[in-house]
Amino acid sequence: MVGAGIAVVTLRNIIHSAVAMMICFGSLAGMYALLGAPIVAAAQVLIYLGAISVLILFAIMLTQAGDANLPTPFHRQVPIAVVVALAIIGLVGWAVVQTDWGVAPQAAGAAVEAIAMALFTTYALPFEIISLLILVAIIGAIFLARRPEEDERAN
Amino acid sequence: MGLEGYLLVSAMLFGTGAFGFMARRNAILMLISIELMFNAVNLSLVAFNAFLPADAHAGAVFALMIMAVAAAEVTVGLALVIAIIRTRQTAEVDQYADLKE
Repeated sequence: MVGAGIAVVTLRNIIHSAVAMMICFGSLAGMYALLGAPIVAAAQVLIYLGAISVLILFAIMLTQAGDANLPTPFHRQVPIAVVVALAIIGLVGWAVVQTDWGVAPQAAGAAVEAIAMALFTTYALPFEIISLLILVAIIGAIFLARRPEEDERAN
Repeated sequence: MGLEGYLLVSAMLFGTGAFGFMARRNAILMLISIELMFNAVNLSLVAFNAFLPADAHAGAVFALMIMAVAAAEVTVGLALVIAIIRTRQTAEVDQYADLKE
């Protein structure tokens, strides 16, 4: 899965990157299922593999004029980016290894009923706010992606 | 695989996403890298939820909410990117230098 992630950021053709992204998200869904959270795995498949991947693929196909011109995919600051990314991985990994978590050795899992109860009782207000946020995002996306000719026609 | 394994995988995925965001020139690929970082955080949340059983399964609920917010974010982000590409005819972010001077 990390290999697919690295392929996402290093492949030259952006469509190949998007397909590697789908592989990465699919294996993440498998990891959620391994962790005993089947509802999160199902949501991962539905939202990421179903919706976001298709959206990104559509955007790529709308914007790529053709794969004839493939310039170098990286900025000049690649060395700095490598150093910063490795520093992030190193620091977080060090913190993870050093900390005594005091965990249960076995993954406990999260039953669907328990998650649903929490989502609709304890976290009901954030749930409603997220529905409002998605509505605002839909309206904003329609407004931004509208073609300029159309609002000349509207005037 | 214990909690540390999942957290290390999550850290590697986050670092990969951060590298992609900083190093790639394509605006859509920068959005994909942001999605990778979201997924890394989600993985660590679900792992914590599975291994440190708190009340009310806060980790899994937060992961679901992060997915919804990420969907909204990528929708608006892609709309912005498509609008910019339509006016600039390129997806390379280092050619968006109009605000420089």
